[in-house]
Amino acid sequence: MTKLKLLLPALSATALALLSPAVPAQLRIDITSGVTDPIPVAVARFAQEPAAPTAAFDFAEVIRQDLERSGRFRLLPRERMPGAPSRADAVVAADWRNLGTDYVLVGRATAGPAAGQSTVDFELLNVLNGQRLLSERLVVPAATARNGAHRIADRVHEKILGVRGAFATRIAYVSVDGAPPNQRYQLLVADADGEAARVILESRQPLMSPAWSPDGEWLAYVSFEARASAVYVQRLRTGERRRVSARRGINGAPSWSPDGSKLALTLSGSGGNLDVYVLELATQALTRITDDPGIDTEPVWAPDGAAIYFTSDRSGGPQVYRVAPTPGDRPKRITFGGGYNARPRLSPDGTQLAFVTLEGGGYKVAIQDLAGGGSRVLTQGRFDESPSFAPNGATLIYAGRERGQGTLATVSADGLITQRLKSDRGEVREPAWGPFLR
Amino acid sequence: MKKLLPLAVALFAVSLAAGCASKRAKTDGAGEESVASSGATTTPDDSASASGIESAGSVGGDMGAGAGPTGELANRRIIYFAFDSDEIRPDDQALLARHAQWIAANPGTRVRLEGHTDERGTREYNIGLGERRAQAVRRALALQGGAELQVPTVSFGEERPAAAGETEEAFSQNRRVEIVYGN
Repeated sequence: MTKLKLLLPALSATALALLSPAVPAQLRIDITSGVTDPIPVAVARFAQEPAAPTAAFDFAEVIRQDLERSGRFRLLPRERMPGAPSRADAVVAADWRNLGTDYVLVGRATAGPAAGQSTVDFELLNVLNGQRLLSERLVVPAATARNGAHRIADRVHEKILGVRGAFATRIAYVSVDGAPPNQRYQLLVADADGEAARVILESRQPLMSPAWSPDGEWLAYVSFEARASAVYVQRLRTGERRRVSARRGINGAPSWSPDGSKLALTLSGSGGNLDVYVLELATQALTRITDDPGIDTEPVWAPDGAAIYFTSDRSGGPQVYRVAPTPGDRPKRITFGGGYNARPRLSPDGTQLAFVTLEGGGYKVAIQDLAGGGSRVLTQGRFDESPSFAPNGATLIYAGRERGQGTLATVSADGLITQRLKSDRGEVREPAWGPFLR
Repeated sequence: MKKLLPLAVALFAVSLAAGCASKRAKTDGAGEESVASSGATTTPDDSASASGIESAGSVGGDMGAGAGPTGELANRRIIYFAFDSDEIRPDDQALLARHAQWIAANPGTRVRLEGHTDERGTREYNIGLGERRAQAVRRALALQGGAELQVPTVSFGEERPAAAGETEEAFSQNRRVEIVYGN
């Protein structure tokens, strides 16, 4: 993609002012409910060679937090552990079994192979039957030690539950500070546990609708910085940024095709009629997908690329429709219960549809089985919106309001486990869960 | 993070330069490109600056106050709407007639209509509802001031509330179209 023009003037005072620390709001996770019978697991402190660059980092603590916050596990406190084994053959199974533990994770880190890296060996044991379930090695750069711990937690989650964990993933979201009309908008990316939040764009004008590219390298979003909406794509690693749609009228709701080559988006033209289009990023070729006098917006691609789901009020109130991503296909209505069903998102396997529904005077997140048709409401708020599936499909993150502030929350797809991600200041909204990282 | 500061500074310099060097986008001019025909540009406009993940870019300065009607009409630039409605109240028709007359008499002044919603409902759908309101005001102005009145619209949906809070009072202040002069 095209790079920004390289013109290098003297650094202006404005540039320095802009650099003054934009400290991102910190997110903190609270579990609000979990499963009634969590699996008992212990994560022993990892042994670290003194020369290991990760020597000061507590792998076990981060893994413990991940597993505990998933709501599926109960973690044995470190002070109750019968010793601190770092190898499977040093684990006395009966000692752990007697404490009600089913699984024990042990690990150790040594320096190398390259400078700044540690090699982490970890093993997962079923102490009920003595079986060793995992014995793996991970090279972890000290600078991204937390990510290494999340990856180990992902493996444990997968081995015990049969579903890959999504701890080593990221979320994008929008935060808003200040009272109207002088608000400040930030677009942020953080680890899935809310840590390591980084501001990737800041504006005095609204930022909205962040969407991840399938490879996790880019975000598409809407910015009003030019005093009208425009769609941008921005490479996270470099900040390289490209305005891909600034047409007359509305430019909104970008969604990447599964192969990353196209964006579905909403355009209105000067006449103000919103319809769904597909924009090919390499050629800028634009294809009109819907053509209806109602509002057609909030498109999202099905994971197989064969359909686009979108919101339309062509039948009165907003409902979710499906259409082929080619011109001329006739949209088929997907949601029927109630008068307001909008902003669809597909589960990674394409079998479930999450959307916002109006029920009992409140906007809530609902999920519908696309094969069976039945839907159920997952959340209890009055202003819940913007659901986004974790890449393992097990959890959704969404935005809600609590005491007048926008907050983020998660709910498991089965509705059993809920968490809140609280921001220490300002409002947070529009979470988008990123893909698995390579 | 600290190690990357020089890189961040360089990125800022580059991106600001790109912003200054590129043409300001004519996002509110009449007679601009239509949806189907326009291409995209590759540089950000206005004071846009991109940033790497280790640093923040800052974009979108405040709108300046511009020329427009003076006196009482200057203070009556906001049309309010009922919930889920784009219908202009009868009382506001007379007000819109006065704005239409002023606009027709001052053809050199830029005008645009900014549509807004309250916070209920999904964000991009609300962009659509805000646009509907702005278009309703545009049609009313054209009706009052003649077909040659081509006033551009922009919808902010629920993104730029006038009042904070989850009360009906706040909601009713946020469901509005602002007539903005001089931008």
